[in-house]
Amino acid sequence: MADHRAFTLLRRRLLGVVPVFAIVVLGAFALLESAPGDAVDAYLAGIGGGDAAQVAALRAEWGLDQGPLPRFLAYLSALARLDLGWSSAFGRPVLDVVLARLPNTLLLMGMATLLALSLGSLLGIICGARPGSLHDRTISLAAIAIYAMPGFWLGLVLIVAFSVERRWLPSGGIETVASGLTGWDRAHDIGRHLVLPVLALGLVYMALYLRLMRDGMAELWAQDFVRAARARGMAGARLVLRHVARNALLPVVTMLGLQSASMLGGSVVIESVFAIPGLGRLASEAVARRDTPLLLGVMLLSAMVVMLVNLLVDLAYALLDPRVGSGTGG
Amino acid sequence: MTSKQDSSFSEEKEAKRLFPLDAAPPGARSEKFFGSFFQKRTSFLFRLLATGEGLAGLALLSALVAIALAAPFLAPGDPLAIKGDPLLRPWQNMAHPLGTDRLGRDVLSALIHGARTTLLVAVSAAAAALGIGITIGTIAGFLGGWVDEVLMRIAEAFQTVPAFLLTLALISVTGPRVPTIVLGIAIGAWMQPARITRAEILSLRERDFVAAARVIGMRPLEIAFREVLPNALTPVVSLAAVIVAAAVLIEAALSFLGFGDPNRVTWGSMIAEGRTVLRRAPFLSIIPGIGLVMTVLAVHLTGQGVAKALRTRRHMA
Repeated sequence: MADHRAFTLLRRRLLGVVPVFAIVVLGAFALLESAPGDAVDAYLAGIGGGDAAQVAALRAEWGLDQGPLPRFLAYLSALARLDLGWSSAFGRPVLDVVLARLPNTLLLMGMATLLALSLGSLLGIICGARPGSLHDRTISLAAIAIYAMPGFWLGLVLIVAFSVERRWLPSGGIETVASGLTGWDRAHDIGRHLVLPVLALGLVYMALYLRLMRDGMAELWAQDFVRAARARGMAGARLVLRHVARNALLPVVTMLGLQSASMLGGSVVIESVFAIPGLGRLASEAVARRDTPLLLGVMLLSAMVVMLVNLLVDLAYALLDPRVGSGTGG
Repeated sequence: MTSKQDSSFSEEKEAKRLFPLDAAPPGARSEKFFGSFFQKRTSFLFRLLATGEGLAGLALLSALVAIALAAPFLAPGDPLAIKGDPLLRPWQNMAHPLGTDRLGRDVLSALIHGARTTLLVAVSAAAAALGIGITIGTIAGFLGGWVDEVLMRIAEAFQTVPAFLLTLALISVTGPRVPTIVLGIAIGAWMQPARITRAEILSLRERDFVAAARVIGMRPLEIAFREVLPNALTPVVSLAAVIVAAAVLIEAALSFLGFGDPNRVTWGSMIAEGRTVLRRAPFLSIIPGIGLVMTVLAVHLTGQGVAKALRTRRHMA
């Protein structure tokens, strides 16, 4: 039953994704066209120049001497062959550069989401269990303050506190360079490097989920089914967790999908602060070195990641909440 | 029972007989009228100030706006000019109360002038985002059909790409100047106002006053913008605080990465500048960040206060 429902939902969502991705590609092409210089200029800058005849030949070969429509079709067919263009800054195909950086960003985002979700909902439950109490007010106030902090500034403050004053944690990089570590030792090393960036990226979202959870729970206390459960004699942790917190968790899951794009954007700055070679830092390097194809490659890949995350969130939602049907009777 | 009702009736009559409205002195009525008018205006402000968030937020916000407006008087001269010895600590030399940076520029005057850039960029970006979003949402919601379908797909596509990357892409194509930064931030933030406006318009467009406007021959877009939109604005405007707060943070992040306007002091660029001497002089990065936190906090609290005050009015009505 549940599998069938999830499958129908998946198919419908995949069909919905197609036009949206087409618009993203169109936008990427428009940006590429409006940037100064074209793919041949980028390629020549990478290999160190060439003569006019060679340039003209290259332009003809890549279809750049034609009108906008043939150029767009050429761009589409290149995309279909997973060819994202040539990165002048790295002298390599964009796809290679981008894919090499993706795992670090996914790791950072995944850990930050995990932190935000677990700590946010835990503190949210503590606050929402007794809205208006002293610890609710204290924690909520702290959450508002954290929510107002720019992630990159929080990162710098963390660096000052934990790797300048006391040398507890490394202040940058994803792992110790040329350490020769393998297996668990390497994982431990990467973990130590990730503590501060994950905090800097995740704490803001932690504050967001906390507020969402807390406000949701505060509203649920007045609902009939909670009162009914109370009337049946249910109280304490059982009531809080099974009836109130469980229902307040659904909007948090929705927000998780909505925030994935914003978190990818946030990782641009966090990765720059902590010198993590990821997708985000690649984006700012691409802008600084005027490498438009590379920037668009990052954009397209990010859009795909966001779509995938939203798809997963929808599926999780369908499995969590029995009311979400396929529309064909679940 | 009946006798009680009768007595109340007669009491009312008695009151009318004793205090007839027509007999009131000439000035009294207009005074009453204007009194209620001002009451309506000011009572919202009072309710806003009565919420703790509203009071704190408005106080902080007005202080920041005052500082930004008075920047040329509070800190005369170019904030980018070198004024003293480099890397003075705060409170070390009272000519530079918050110290100086790596080049000997005064931190306090940079902080004051930075408030200007931050507020200018954030408020104009939010206004632009609201303008774009409200226009697109109104058109989509009122016209419906394929126009709605296309516009909403476009909004979805914009929401799929991280807004910060969009802003970066736009700036890398057009160059880092204040107008393009404002536009870049707006391009990444118009989707939510558009969606909310559309939802409001959809719930309003079948009402009788719209049919009446059609009957008197108004054109569809004229009806949409002149008749329907004003009734749909409240929930959209309450989004403004969220958008301004986000715009402050995005502008800060942009200038921190070095993609801000190089001719203006911003808090983000001050933090970036201080980062190069983070070990020796952490205060250079920490002080402007406190300014950012205060600004976002002020906007956020004001927004919450407004939302709360609007809710209490709805409860009272």
